[in-house]
Amino acid sequence: MKQLFLITSLLLIGNFSAKAQIAVKGEIVYTMAGNPITNGVVLIKDGKIERVGTASVVKIPSNYKIYEAKVVTPGLIDAHSVVGLSGHLNTDADQDQLETSNPIQPELRAIDAYNAREALVKHLLGFGVTTVHTGHGPGALISGQTMIIKTAGETVDDNLIEPSKMLAFTLGGNLSNDFKKPGTRAKGIAMLRQELIKAQAYLKKRNGDDDYSKDLGMEALADLLEGKLTALVTVHKANDIQATIRLQQEFGFPMVLDGVAEAYLVIDEIKKGGYPVIVHASMIRPFGDAKNASMETASKLYNAGIPIAFQSGFEAYVPKTRVVLFEAGVAAANGLGKENALKVLTIDAAKILGIDAKVGSLEKGKDADVVMYDGDPLEYLTNVTGVIVNGEKVK
Amino acid sequence: MLVFLYVVLLGINGFSQSSPQVYKGAQIIPISGEPITNGILIIENGKISAVGDSTTRIPNRADIHDVSGKVIMPGLVDTHSHIGDGDGGDRSATLHPDVRIMDTINPRSKSFKRALAGGITSVNVMPGSGHLMSGQTVYLKLRSANAIEDMLLYIDDEKTIYGGLKMANGTNPRGNPPSAGTRGKAAAMVRELYIKAQEYKAKIDAADGDETKMPPRDLGMETLVEVLEGKRTVHNHTHKHQDILTAIRLADEFGYKLVLQHVSEAWKVADEIAASGYPASIITLDSFGGKVEAMDLKNSNGKYLEDAGVLVGFHTDDGITDSRLFLRSAAMGVREGMSRKKALEAVTIANAVMMEIDNRVGTLEKGKDADFIILTGDPFSVYTHVEETWIEGEKVWDRKIKEDRKFATGGYQIYPGLIHTHHQEGE
Repeated sequence: MKQLFLITSLLLIGNFSAKAQIAVKGEIVYTMAGNPITNGVVLIKDGKIERVGTASVVKIPSNYKIYEAKVVTPGLIDAHSVVGLSGHLNTDADQDQLETSNPIQPELRAIDAYNAREALVKHLLGFGVTTVHTGHGPGALISGQTMIIKTAGETVDDNLIEPSKMLAFTLGGNLSNDFKKPGTRAKGIAMLRQELIKAQAYLKKRNGDDDYSKDLGMEALADLLEGKLTALVTVHKANDIQATIRLQQEFGFPMVLDGVAEAYLVIDEIKKGGYPVIVHASMIRPFGDAKNASMETASKLYNAGIPIAFQSGFEAYVPKTRVVLFEAGVAAANGLGKENALKVLTIDAAKILGIDAKVGSLEKGKDADVVMYDGDPLEYLTNVTGVIVNGEKVK
Repeated sequence: MLVFLYVVLLGINGFSQSSPQVYKGAQIIPISGEPITNGILIIENGKISAVGDSTTRIPNRADIHDVSGKVIMPGLVDTHSHIGDGDGGDRSATLHPDVRIMDTINPRSKSFKRALAGGITSVNVMPGSGHLMSGQTVYLKLRSANAIEDMLLYIDDEKTIYGGLKMANGTNPRGNPPSAGTRGKAAAMVRELYIKAQEYKAKIDAADGDETKMPPRDLGMETLVEVLEGKRTVHNHTHKHQDILTAIRLADEFGYKLVLQHVSEAWKVADEIAASGYPASIITLDSFGGKVEAMDLKNSNGKYLEDAGVLVGFHTDDGITDSRLFLRSAAMGVREGMSRKKALEAVTIANAVMMEIDNRVGTLEKGKDADFIILTGDPFSVYTHVEETWIEGEKVWDRKIKEDRKFATGGYQIYPGLIHTHHQEGE
C-alpha cells in the first residue's frame, strides 16, 4: 500500500506540481560541508539549494512550504547498482544487466536498457537514495557502460546525470558460467590485455589523419584509455585485486575498485595506486569469491585514507536489491561510525563518481536533493519521512 | 586421583556447575514479563534458578558477574535455517518424508558459529524447498558437539521426535516429473500421499499392538503417521496468498500441525491465517522480488499478522539472511509497525512455541534452560552487538575473544564459503 501510495504521489507530482519553494527544518542537519547544524534550515528555490544555516540566522520567507524532521541529510548515493536493468521479477524479460553472448562488450550502454519505472528504483527512492550509479552488472570481463541517474524520473532522460560514466569489468571467479571463455583467471587477463592493446592501436588511428572504420567497442575502450571513461572493476580476492592493479598500471586508465572482499589484505597497494573503492555490501553473504568478506572492510579502508562509497551491488536472488542506507548502518556499527558512514553515503560517493559539484552535500547552488528522517538515519527503527529531489517532494 | 581429575575437568569446563552463577546489573528482558532494570539472573546446573530485580536474593557461594550497562535476553530461536551443511531429498522424487537432514549435518560447521555470533541458541534446520516434501527437519541446541546426537532438541518425553517435516508449495518445488508441474498437481500428489499414510496408520491401529498384524515397515509412512498423530509439525514453505491458503487447506484436511514458513503475502490473507489458528514464521528482506512469488513481499507482514492475532515469528532462512543479524529482522518488523513486545517474542518464545520447545527455552524463567545472550545495548539498535552467547549455563561464544569475534565480523579464511541460498538440492 505504501508503495502504491508512493507511486501515486510520484505520478501526481509529475503531472501538476508547481515549483513551490521549500524550507526544510531539521533538529540536526548534516550538510556534509562542515559540521552538522543543530536546528538547521535548508532553503530550496527553483530546484536548487538556496541557503543553509541555523534557524536563528536563516529566516524562512513566508511563501515557503515548511517541512520539519528530526534529521536531515543530502540525498543518498548508491555508488554501484544494477537497478533499472535487473528488475524485481527476476524473469528473462526483466534481466538486462548481463549479456552473455560475448565476455567483452564495452559497446553496451546502460541508457539503452534502463527502466526508470522499475519498482526497485522507486523502492530505493523511498529509502532516500536519490542518485544511483547503475548499469550493466558484474559477470562479464567487460559487461558494458554504466550511467548516473536520479531515481525520481519516469524515463531515462529525466534527471540523467551522466549517460556514460564507467566501463564495468569483472575479474576473478565471478564471471558468469554462460561464457565458454575465459575458463581461467589467467585467460581472462590475457583476453583483456589483448583487447586493450587493440584499443591502443585503434586510439592511435582515431587520433591520426587517416580514415578508419568506426567500432563501437573500440570507441569505448579508446575513451577508457584517454581517461574519458573510468574502469569499474568488480573483483574480490587479493590475488585478483593485484592482477587488476597490474592491468591498470600497464594501460594507465582511470580505475575504481568494486566489491573487493579481500581489500584488507592489500590495503597498501590500493592506497598507493590511488584507487577509490566502492566497497561490497556490508551484509554480503560470505560466499564464492567474497567468502572472506568482512563487515569491517569499509572501516579499515576509510581509516587508511582510501576514498570509499557504498553500493547495493548485484543480487541474483533475494533481496533483489540491497539498500545502501542499511549497508551503511552495518558498516557504521562495525568500526566506521555514524558520521563517517553518512559522509560516505553522500559527499564521498559523489566525489568518487565525479558529481560532487551537483549533489552530495547541502550547499548553495547544488541540486535540492534532501532526505528527512525521524531519528538517526542509520538506526533500524528510524524511518525516512520525506524525500526531495530537485526541489520536488517525492515522498 | 580420580577425584582430583574430576575437579580439574570441572574447572576446564568453565564454571563448576555446583556454584550458582549470578549476572547482576543488566537490563533483563525476560520476554515472559516486562523488562527489568538493574536485574539479577541466577543460573544453577545449566538452568535458570531466579530472575528478578536488584532485591533478588543471591545465594551463598555464588560467582557474581557484573554486567552493568548490558542487556540480557533469552537465546534466540530460529524456526527456519539452512546452517550445518546438511542436505535433504534428491531428484529421484519430490516427496521424501523418509529423508532425515539429521544424517547429514556437520556438527563442526562454521555456520553454527555464525548463528552463535548472532545470539541464536536453538534452531530448526531444514532441507530446501525444491521438493514438495524435502525431508525431516532437525531441532538443534547449538552446543559444542562432535556428534549431531549431542545437539538434538527432543520435543517428546520418549525422545523420539527432534524435528518437523519440511514441505513446500508454489514455484520452488515445481519442475518436470517426478516433480509436480502445476499447483493443482502438487496439491494432488501431497493429498494422495497423506491418504496412503492414513491407510497405513489404520493398519497399525487395527494391529492393536500385535506385531504379526503390523504393515511392513515403511520409513516415509512412519514419518507421515507421526505427522498425522500430531507428533511432528509440518513446516510449509509458502509465498503467495493462494498457496498459503492451500497449505492451510491441506493441514485442515489431514489434521496435522502446521507452521507457515516465509508467508510473503501474509498481509493479503492475515485474517484467514488468524482464523486457521496456524502460526506464521516470516522473513525480513531488504527488497521485494528476486522471484515472481516474492514480488509482493512486505516487511510489514509482522504488523499485519500481529494485528490479526496470529502467532508470528521471524526466521533467518540462513543463508538468505545472515544469522549474525537475526535481531535486525525483528527490528525491521518494528520499523514497519510491529510492536516491540511482539517483535521480541517473534525471535524467542513465539518460535519456541512453534517448535514445541517453549517449556525449555524462549523466555528467562525459573526452571528453563540457561540459554541467554548478553547484548551491548538495545536489541533493536544497529549499533548493538551480541557480546556473549550462553547455552545451558555454558558460554559458547564471546565477542571479547579474538577467535570468537572473527565469526561476527567475517574476514580471511573464517568461513568456507558454503552458503545455502538457492533452495535447490540434489541436482
